[in-house]
Amino acid sequence: MKHITLLFSYFLFLFSACSPAPAGPQTLTILTHDSFAVSEEVVRSFEGANNAKIVFLQSGDAGAVLNKAILTRDAPLADLLFGVDNTFLSRALEAAIFESYASAELKNIPEEFKLDTANRALPVDYGDVCINYDKKYFAENNLLVPQSLDDLTKPEYAGLLVMENPATSSTGLAFMLATVARFGDAFTDYWRALKENGVVVVDGWETAYFTNFSASSGRGSQPLVVSYASSPSAEVSPSGESLTASILGPDTCFRQIEFVGILKGTQHRALAEKFIDFMLGKQFQEDMPLQMFVYPVNPSAALPDAFTHYAQTPSQPANLSPDEIAANRDEWIRAWTEVVLK
Amino acid sequence: MDPGVDGSCVEVEMETGKQGNKETRRQGILGSLSTYIPVSLYTSRTLLWLLPISYLAILFFFPLSKILSLTFNLETLTTENLRTTYHVLRFTVYQAALSTLLTLILGLPSAVLFARYDFRGKPILRALTAVPFMLPTVIVAAAFNALLGSQGLLNSIFPLTSFPFTGTLFAILVAHVFYNTTIIIRIVGAALSNLDPKLEHAARSLGADSFRVWWNVTLPLLRPFILAATLLVFLFDFTSFGVVLLLGGSQFSTLEVEIYFQAVRQLNLPLAALLAVIQLVCTLTVSMIYSRLVSRTAMQLTPRSSLIKPKTLKQKFFVTALCLLLTAFFALPLSSLPIRSLFRLEADRGQRGDVRYGFTTDYYTELFVNRRDSVFYVPPIQAAVNSLSYASATVILSLIFGFPAAFALAKPTRLDKILDPLIMLPLGSSTVMLGLGFIITYGKWLTSPLLVPFAHTLIALPFVIRALQPAIAAIPERLRQAASSLDASPFEVWKNIDFPILRRATLAAAAFAFTISLGEFGATLLISRPEYPTIPVAIERFLSQPGGLNYGQAMAMASILMAVTVISILLIEKFRLPNAGEL
Repeated sequence: MKHITLLFSYFLFLFSACSPAPAGPQTLTILTHDSFAVSEEVVRSFEGANNAKIVFLQSGDAGAVLNKAILTRDAPLADLLFGVDNTFLSRALEAAIFESYASAELKNIPEEFKLDTANRALPVDYGDVCINYDKKYFAENNLLVPQSLDDLTKPEYAGLLVMENPATSSTGLAFMLATVARFGDAFTDYWRALKENGVVVVDGWETAYFTNFSASSGRGSQPLVVSYASSPSAEVSPSGESLTASILGPDTCFRQIEFVGILKGTQHRALAEKFIDFMLGKQFQEDMPLQMFVYPVNPSAALPDAFTHYAQTPSQPANLSPDEIAANRDEWIRAWTEVVLK
Repeated sequence: MDPGVDGSCVEVEMETGKQGNKETRRQGILGSLSTYIPVSLYTSRTLLWLLPISYLAILFFFPLSKILSLTFNLETLTTENLRTTYHVLRFTVYQAALSTLLTLILGLPSAVLFARYDFRGKPILRALTAVPFMLPTVIVAAAFNALLGSQGLLNSIFPLTSFPFTGTLFAILVAHVFYNTTIIIRIVGAALSNLDPKLEHAARSLGADSFRVWWNVTLPLLRPFILAATLLVFLFDFTSFGVVLLLGGSQFSTLEVEIYFQAVRQLNLPLAALLAVIQLVCTLTVSMIYSRLVSRTAMQLTPRSSLIKPKTLKQKFFVTALCLLLTAFFALPLSSLPIRSLFRLEADRGQRGDVRYGFTTDYYTELFVNRRDSVFYVPPIQAAVNSLSYASATVILSLIFGFPAAFALAKPTRLDKILDPLIMLPLGSSTVMLGLGFIITYGKWLTSPLLVPFAHTLIALPFVIRALQPAIAAIPERLRQAASSLDASPFEVWKNIDFPILRRATLAAAAFAFTISLGEFGATLLISRPEYPTIPVAIERFLSQPGGLNYGQAMAMASILMAVTVISILLIEKFRLPNAGEL
């Protein structure tokens, strides 16, 4: 019996230890996905200036995090949610998990990023999902680098492309959306052709990039991978040349924009507002590129050298409105699965 | 099975045993049920169950039923949904059955090898077979790719032998065997080392050839253990997620993958709930079949030390061939991780096609540098310490919760038989749905690092109970009876009778709990706060960003995880508790 008593007291201790401590600086909790990163110095500078303590809760990928936020909207886990992107934005807005906040910093942000006019979700960063290629492979085989989505269906590129499943990966979903934007309802015909040309589909970005892509350290078999326009900046060889580059032809890339929002029911509205202002400000915006390989939405933020030298931005990324995506996403994914995987 | 032979073998055991008890096996069980169990055991049954059941109720049944009742909806029972479900279920069962069969084919001979034979390098080889159990799937894919891929080791030695590892049913099956062979080796091997070799000697002296000895004596004795191990392997394959998702690629979908897809991607919780319920029903059915099969057989065992060095040509061939096979299957892919963590494979693009292989310790030294000043930087030592602390706590917790349940199940009453299949449910339930259940039930508590070992214990518990239960059932009741009649306290009986016999099973159970925790099962159940990162968390962080340095550091972290596991398992196996003795 003694053991049982001990154990129950341990349980009690456990649960009492978890209740939030009220004293000291105000705690601001930010729910986000696993790939979120920020530098120590930036966080400390906000904490110091506002007598605040910031706690990050990471809870799976962007989809999983949004899901959890929707499930707990009556008793929110956090004050802010960062990491909803334009492919999931409508879902978050429909579920009404955010409170509006018209940050003064929004005046510095280009209109093209402000997809929610009611300012419930505010843009923070963007990245372009593009095809990366292995420079060496194309040079060695005297092969021209494909320039458009249509090129990829040509026989000389048979079996050379690896991509992520749109059903399980946001990167794959973005690439599929690029083809929807380019071909409209006929996008399934395109995919039928791409399937016949031996496109390789894997579950997620990590596998595609590190296991299948021939120019990554995983040394895989495919010299073309669906990744990000910023990825080449991480593949710079000692001689100062990037081993990879992105295909930037018109309509080949899809722009992902990530948003932050104040969760309904927060007890720290004022502090949450301050943090959003801070995220849109120069210090945070300049920190993001090397932390998360994304671009700042604030044009006054200076880019690091690695980005200006090796990362490229497409001049004409494919575009679809969040409403259109929300209305058709499931159906598109189903159609894609039917054509490519069945 | 020929009942005559079966009966005579058991008689042989009893005669060669010290007590000379002439009961046949089945009578032995009935007898021990009716006469030997002290009355106090019946009354303390509630007590035995109190701990494990209250634990499961709090951390499993309550959150899971809460999310299911919230999301389950009969309107999802449309013909289209049912058709999809049927296809997914069919593939799930198919791949699980095939994987389990292949795992048994490799696992059973390996269990014999490790339980019976003494050879050089045995502890290391056995520890290596347990390593995959805790490696993240991405790392396993990387390991096989480094060996088999088009730029892999095999292809550079024998050109044109490369084949893609990911994206095939073959990859799923190989990975399942790779992950789960250790389950068979541990559970069946532990039983086999407790088996009295005199039984086999006696049968052989009565003229049985080695096949008949194996088929008629050894196999029936091992049956409950083989069934327990098979059940665990099957359920693991049945609910396989990462392997199917990452290695099988997108054309394959198991129930668990489909639940994840519906719940996390489509946000279609009602359909996810329906699939989760179907998965639970299947798990329950399989577990009920198991407990029915296993309750019909139990064999009393006494521990023996029975290691032999291979002597005959046949034995030498068996040991050598199997060692080579296991080395090729486990050691080769695993060795590619430390190799990749120490060698840079940078092609210098100035000269075409010239790949520079260089030895480097950069990836390890870089682990200690917070180059980007990230808030989420994981110091490697701290990650290892966190992983080891969680794992040790999981071992303690799962033994505390597992022992009482295993004791109750070893001599089951009707109540126990009802509770028995419930124990297995955490293993067969969807972690995605359970994780969502946790969130709506416990909300902010989920960020406490103290909860991590409790979550890991949820998965470890079925393993611990299944590893212990057949061994406890095998304790000769006459020994406990004799001890009790000599006024030994229940604790003394446990210390002097039960424990020495259970030592091997306990170590197997502890090793399971340890590796399960190291492998970070159940991480999806909790919302993580980054203060206490573990090694698998660190690996994922490196792999989520491009670049050779990140890849190298992930390999270095994976190598550290491997080293930590191998050393821990060697230590667990060396572990001798006081008074355990060497019977």
